[in-house]
Amino acid sequence: MKSAVLVFPGINRERDMARALKLASGNETAMVWHAETALPKGTDLVVVPGGFSYGDYLRCGAIAARAPVMDAVRDFAAKGGLVLGVCNGFQILCESGLLPGVLMRNAGLKFVCRDVHMKVERSDTPFTRGYNAGQVIRVPVAHGEGNYEADDETLKRLEGDGRVLYRYCSADGVVDEASNFNGAAHSIAGIVNERGNVLGMMPHPENHVEEIMGCTDGRGLFAGLVQQFEKAA
Amino acid sequence: MKARVTVTLKSGILDPQGKAIEGALKSLGVDGVASVRQGKVFDIELAATDKAKAEAALKAAADKLLANTVIENYRVEVLS
Repeated sequence: MKSAVLVFPGINRERDMARALKLASGNETAMVWHAETALPKGTDLVVVPGGFSYGDYLRCGAIAARAPVMDAVRDFAAKGGLVLGVCNGFQILCESGLLPGVLMRNAGLKFVCRDVHMKVERSDTPFTRGYNAGQVIRVPVAHGEGNYEADDETLKRLEGDGRVLYRYCSADGVVDEASNFNGAAHSIAGIVNERGNVLGMMPHPENHVEEIMGCTDGRGLFAGLVQQFEKAA
Repeated sequence: MKARVTVTLKSGILDPQGKAIEGALKSLGVDGVASVRQGKVFDIELAATDKAKAEAALKAAADKLLANTVIENYRVEVLS
């Protein structure tokens, strides 16, 4: 699997992401500067990493979403290429129109930086095939604006089409108010677009991939993506 | 030509920042504050001298970048 990680000014998780991708795939990850107008040839997966692009000026992800490289990402996604956005990357994908909805200020107003649990809703997608449906995984979050909101119509469509892939839950898998730490609609942690090839999620699976990190629950996501391309090859 | 674009949250959209400001105003003892909704103001200088053209440019700016129309409304005013 050949991956490309986008780099915007103010992004700070790009190296964590590249490391996790290399660990899973064995391949070097291309780092792609925001001013580029094309992705490296043969790219299988584009990742928009976390951080604080452009200092979160205007709205989180708003300025990065209009960067030249995003036109190339839109073309790539339109052709069915896989795109993963994590944290600020999720915000950028929403702002760029690749995903519906918006990430608002956490309902509790506080920046939340800790481990949370999320439930894998289904395992038959490129982004979840490394897990079992219903599996509960522990992942870190670090964001002030991760409260996913969309209009009722959009939420209904997301649920109806099974496009909510990850949902916040308690350690034993109960989706409730208490585990929905940022107030997201329907406890949404991650969603895909209509075609199912663009995933946005707030938690950081790339930070739970090695024993030294204290947890390896994030590995499944990357392993699943690698499997996807092995199967295709 | 001077212009102003005002961006506000649509009604019904949760505004935790506005709520926090509202709480702070109440704790400062400012009387009669029923509710606060916060927003953004952009003061923009335009090279255009034609009012209609200026308004069209500002509208494009708001639609493309200044406002996220999923959750925000905007108002465009040409001031002089």
